[in-house]
Amino acid sequence: MKPSLQRVGRQIGHNWGLYLLLLPSLILLIIFSYKPMYGVVIAFKDYKNSLGIMGSPWADPLFKHFSRFFNSFQCGTTIRNTLALSLYSLLVGFPIPIILALMINQISAKRFRKGFQTVLYLPHFISTVVMVGLLLIWLSPSRGLLGAIYGLFGKTAPNIMGEASAFRSIYVWSDIWQHAGWDSIVYLAALSSIDPTLYEAAVVDGATRWQKQIYIDLPLLLPTACILLILRVGGIMNVGFEKVFLMQNSLNQTTSEVIATYVYKMGLKNNQYSVSTAVNLFNNVINFALLVLVNGITKKLGDTSLW
Amino acid sequence: MSHMRQKVRSQRSDVVFNIILYTVCALLLLIILYPLWFIVIASFSDPSAVASGHVWLLPVGFTFDGYEELLKQANVWVGYKNTIIYTLVGTFIALAVNIPAAYALSRKDLWGRKILMGLFVFTMFFSGGLIPTFLTVQEVGLYNSFWVMVLPFSVSAYNMIVARTFFMNSLPGELWDAAQVDGCGNLRFFFTMALPLSKAVISVIALWTAVGQWNSYFNALIYIRDAELYPLQLIMRNILITNQSFAALGTGEAAIIAMRKASLVRYSMIIVSTVPIMCVYPFIQKHFDQGVMIGSVKG
Repeated sequence: MKPSLQRVGRQIGHNWGLYLLLLPSLILLIIFSYKPMYGVVIAFKDYKNSLGIMGSPWADPLFKHFSRFFNSFQCGTTIRNTLALSLYSLLVGFPIPIILALMINQISAKRFRKGFQTVLYLPHFISTVVMVGLLLIWLSPSRGLLGAIYGLFGKTAPNIMGEASAFRSIYVWSDIWQHAGWDSIVYLAALSSIDPTLYEAAVVDGATRWQKQIYIDLPLLLPTACILLILRVGGIMNVGFEKVFLMQNSLNQTTSEVIATYVYKMGLKNNQYSVSTAVNLFNNVINFALLVLVNGITKKLGDTSLW
Repeated sequence: MSHMRQKVRSQRSDVVFNIILYTVCALLLLIILYPLWFIVIASFSDPSAVASGHVWLLPVGFTFDGYEELLKQANVWVGYKNTIIYTLVGTFIALAVNIPAAYALSRKDLWGRKILMGLFVFTMFFSGGLIPTFLTVQEVGLYNSFWVMVLPFSVSAYNMIVARTFFMNSLPGELWDAAQVDGCGNLRFFFTMALPLSKAVISVIALWTAVGQWNSYFNALIYIRDAELYPLQLIMRNILITNQSFAALGTGEAAIIAMRKASLVRYSMIIVSTVPIMCVYPFIQKHFDQGVMIGSVKG
């Protein structure tokens, strides 16, 4: 039986309190999330501050700002840098938390395990600003750890924060240092829910601890890993902009200029709102398409899906 | 006999396994803790000893100079005050906005629930982007105001899903049915029954939001122009990363001393800004873990 309009009306009326509870968040969502989504039309317009979003004339041709970006030399560099950085991040940052979780799960001394986890999670709470500040101090050739270590061997340290070739590794491995422990929590939660009879059965069969990890723990982590992988691949065009932005300097720009930093510079430094929005939109659309695609693939392969 | 041998062998492999495991653990502890410890001792050391690489395990030439210098920097303390206010108000608003919405969306009898939920989830994967959001904030008149730091981005689809999952799993439907029989409305039920029963999830989301607020700099960078409104992180960015306050140094002996003092200030600044969160964290760790677990149960 189809619900009649009247019944729907009665249901809404009956639950008016619930809609009231929803109202504040909906208003904020519409103003600050959905209104800007409408605002992307300026990617197809010649935006002028005085004319506003509605009043500004349409770009002629419509995709002018997109083609300007695609034909610029920054296009190739920024896309390449973005992909390289996030693929590197994914390759290293995806498996390490899993390995860490498997490791923590094997620690039988309860006290030690707890302390170990506390220390491992600790760096997660350091802010991005402080993190990059720490990197600058540690890796400084004149003061700091790296300089001191080189000094032990009577050598002068290179200024690796200013080297384009080192940028990606510094970015990725400092991220691992900071977040890998924290990212392992989800896997630990999954591991703790494993049925202990599985292990007992494995022991009867004479399985070693290695074998138990490979044949019981790992397969059972797969669904969780899949979901996280989907999310990461879906965000592959979104590198950690806040950190890249802080780590960027005039010396490492050839590798540190990613789409997001370019969007920021074009938009807020050069006031080219339309171009910036076009590049941003291009980035977001690719991202979203990737997410849908990967989700579709994993749905086909297994039964894990985001929605 | 063969059974015995097998047992001995498995015990021996167990020992090897444990040795490897605990060695790796010890190494990881060192990798995480030493760099942090280095900053702590450097902040109490004679800066020239740090620069010449003599500071390894304990402070050398113990001094409070860095902290004294930091006390004199008025803008740092304005930033500190701002950050505390932003964190308190921002966390309160985030809770007031997300928790009620999560409860409403957890109710299966809410008409249009799927569409409303989709509206929230979609924002996790797609956004209008930097400039359109910037223009919106300007248009609403929040640019360069106190409120831009606490209000516009307080809705978090992720936190909302976590809270919603919690409500769905831990508030039995019979509770609402019984309350209804007693003539209790939705609002009263939410405030007098649902809220008190969900302290766990509320504290998790409060903590997440507070940490995020304390550590964020980017919104301030984009939306705040007046230095009096700067949060601590933005001021720290200027001192730690862009070196603004130490640009004009000149040359010679005085310049070197000034530079060393500047690095001392940096060390103590990192300590002063990070210690509050680091101190609170071990006590609330339990809640954080719990939150991730609630969140990992797919709703």
